Amino acid sequence: MQLKVNGQVHDVDVEPDMPLLWVLRDELGITGPKFGCGIAMCGACTVHVDGVAERSCSLPVGDVEGDVVTIEGLGTPAAMNAVQAAWVKHQVAQCGYCQSGQIMNAAAFLAENTDPSDADIDDAMSGNLCRCGTYPRIRAAIKSAAATLRGA
Amino acid sequence: MGKLKTIARRTFLIGSAGIVGGVVFGYWKYKTPYDNPLRAGLDEGASALTPYVKIDENGVTIITPRAEMGQGVHTTLAAMVAEELDVAFDEIKVEHGPASSAYYNEVALADGLPFAPTDRSWLAETVRAAVAIPAKLIGMQATGGSSTTPDGYEKMRKAGAAARLVLIEAAAQKLDVDAGTLKTKNGAVITPSGDRHSYESLAVVAAGIEPPADPPLKPQSEWRYLGKSMPRVDAVAKSTGTAEYSIDVRLSEMLYATVKMNPRLGGAMTAYDDSAAKEMRGYVKTIDIGGGIAVIADNTWRAFEAAKAVECTWADAPYPPSTEAIFATVEASFTDEQRDNRLTDIGDVDAALDGAVHIEAEYRVPILAHATMEPMNAVAWLRDGKLDIWAGNQFPTKAKEDGAAIAGIDPEQVSVHTTYLGGGFGRRVELDFIQYAVQVAKETDGKPVKVTWSREEDMCHDFYRPPAIARFRGAVEDGTPNAYDGKIASPSVLEAMSGRLGLPTAGPDKLIVDGAYGQPYAITNYRITGYRAPPSIPISSWRSVGASYNGFFHESFMDELAHAAETDPLEMRLRLINHDASRKVLEAVGEMSSWGGPLAAGKGRGVAFTLSFNVPTAEVIEVSMTEEGLKVDKAWIAADVGTALDPSILEAQLSSGLIYGLTAAIQGEITLEDGEVQQTNFHDYDGLRINQTPEIAVSVLENGDRITGIGEPGTPPAPAALANAIFAATGQRIRELPLNKHLDFV
Repeated sequence: MQLKVNGQVHDVDVEPDMPLLWVLRDELGITGPKFGCGIAMCGACTVHVDGVAERSCSLPVGDVEGDVVTIEGLGTPAAMNAVQAAWVKHQVAQCGYCQSGQIMNAAAFLAENTDPSDADIDDAMSGNLCRCGTYPRIRAAIKSAAATLRGA
Repeated sequence: MGKLKTIARRTFLIGSAGIVGGVVFGYWKYKTPYDNPLRAGLDEGASALTPYVKIDENGVTIITPRAEMGQGVHTTLAAMVAEELDVAFDEIKVEHGPASSAYYNEVALADGLPFAPTDRSWLAETVRAAVAIPAKLIGMQATGGSSTTPDGYEKMRKAGAAARLVLIEAAAQKLDVDAGTLKTKNGAVITPSGDRHSYESLAVVAAGIEPPADPPLKPQSEWRYLGKSMPRVDAVAKSTGTAEYSIDVRLSEMLYATVKMNPRLGGAMTAYDDSAAKEMRGYVKTIDIGGGIAVIADNTWRAFEAAKAVECTWADAPYPPSTEAIFATVEASFTDEQRDNRLTDIGDVDAALDGAVHIEAEYRVPILAHATMEPMNAVAWLRDGKLDIWAGNQFPTKAKEDGAAIAGIDPEQVSVHTTYLGGGFGRRVELDFIQYAVQVAKETDGKPVKVTWSREEDMCHDFYRPPAIARFRGAVEDGTPNAYDGKIASPSVLEAMSGRLGLPTAGPDKLIVDGAYGQPYAITNYRITGYRAPPSIPISSWRSVGASYNGFFHESFMDELAHAAETDPLEMRLRLINHDASRKVLEAVGEMSSWGGPLAAGKGRGVAFTLSFNVPTAEVIEVSMTEEGLKVDKAWIAADVGTALDPSILEAQLSSGLIYGLTAAIQGEITLEDGEVQQTNFHDYDGLRINQTPEIAVSVLENGDRITGIGEPGTPPAPAALANAIFAATGQRIRELPLNKHLDFV
């Protein structure tokens, strides 16, 4: 089957029930999306499929219809996306392991809502677990990124 | 006495300078020094000035030999070196560096001694200094105990200072001028005429110059990096998916594996049948690794699926098989035979309580898992008599020893590559995941293999925070406690860890009572006794260790005494406190939270204070009862770190510690049945989520007499501050964690 990831088309020869996460990580070597739980409970594996945030650990690759974007496709160290830049500005990451998923979830959410309230942020982000407890800075970074995206 | 103290202090300095400079003499030479690990494996043209600084044609690399598990140590340790070395912070590179005994951690060991943290007596100080000798001989390079900052504070700055002086000397020799005429600026030596000679260009000459043993350090008033919030060296990588954790390591021809161990922890495997797995795509083979299997495949998911298909027969658990049975062993430990220590014993508690009207309370806390975001994993590659290990870990020298022993090779043939850790919290001090990876690497015909655990395997095979029970009695008189008798029973984490390290476990285990003993309250009759419960399930360090539960026990009971005395719990603590830095954090947190100010109906505030890891930390939590349940609205933290090196990181760590403590307080609980852990993933052992997290305000004070670490002290007061707030809001006194067994939360 073919899979378009970060603008590049890949031929992959795997079982259709293999979760997208493991196709990305072990078959294609795209390691930004992280394995955390395998049951869509922590969000560390979050990627975009046609712009929608999906838990790639629980999405069979055979069910993927659309373009996949991972954290690597969102922006690079030399050219960060506004959300990534806000994460750096607010020094969000501690261990950092969940942050690929946090950022991808936030980016999809901010594409829909560029002026979120605290309650909106809590609703949108409560599926993404962070054991370091970086939540206060995630809130601040999302507000900061939202302002950038609004052109404020 | 003053003179002896000076000698002990001076000995410490010389020894540290010897390590830092890469040359060892006097005191340390006598004890057989460790070689500078960076002299091996350097490219021609590069020179290792000290174990903490590497300068070559690519620039300046600072070696930060402690695990970066989120606590920001790579940034703070690098800032210590950069401050003295005089380099531009955005131009340095930072590496963890190899496993080496030269990076031993003496602070962690000294903090295991049975002296109260406020005890600055000659005896306590001398014993602390003497511990530096066995710490070095044991050669432990470990990250834990909030020790990285105090352990590195002198060593890293002196490394930078020594390197800078050597580079100046190198320029003086090269240019044939007097070193006194030269200055440095942002990674270069500057001549009087303003010519700039980069450190890189001086590296080769510098290699031939012995560093000074005891270089002077900048006065604090001249700091330009320390004391400021520096941009974290890992921030961009961790925001772009480019930071490498061991789970991300990819090597040519690498195989993928997982493990499936007896769910009855430490129990044997009596048989296994892998016939179904053999039919599965990508399956390579199954290996008996003792107590379980490893399954190798060509992809992690295929290894997970194949492991599920292998049928294993498990032996019984080598411990009481249920939560109730384990707690029964703790309950039965309040005996003279199992009395482990009495490190606080002031006045005559028995006489004061005899016949007096007193209150009694029993508290208990459950077993807890670490649940790091990155499940346990490691990559191992054994070929041609050499072993390479890639693993996020808190104990690289042990990883090296274990790898060598399992592979049957000399430790010199083992290289440990410590990547970023996707969370540690004490879990990655234990190296079972590395040991398994090396066992698997023996069966892959020289190919590298990555061994990744499923979340279920991780959750059910932790080294857990032990269960603990406290029995407290106290009496009040004229609005103040005049007797406080705390008894705490728990299995010994020190015994468990030391046993695994092959170290003696003699003497009391102060971890059982950490956070309860030595608290700076002037109570006339005050006694804290620790009881050692028998070993059961595997246990280890869990963020703040004993203080993680003793903060809850001690400070909940202080709150009960305040209510019995009909006095304000914060004011009562302020009346009792006899340690200046501690008093000031309590005053600060009271001011920050407008303690005593008006509160709407259904709201309540609670306060708690714990002195742990030498950091006095006070927290206030405000809650409200809502129709959906109890909501944690706000939290305030004041902590004293002696010298604050990076305000942004300190704020992040204190908040992180509080949130970790709130998870434990509200919902954390591991239970066992038939010897097996019942919780398997984040659906039944969840961490606090963003919508449960309060607003947090942090204040960092600098009144303490020494620099301290901050990875753990935010955790201990949080559960008590919350439970006390719940009492204030609802009148319900909850003495057992997790609180959600007794109350609904939002």
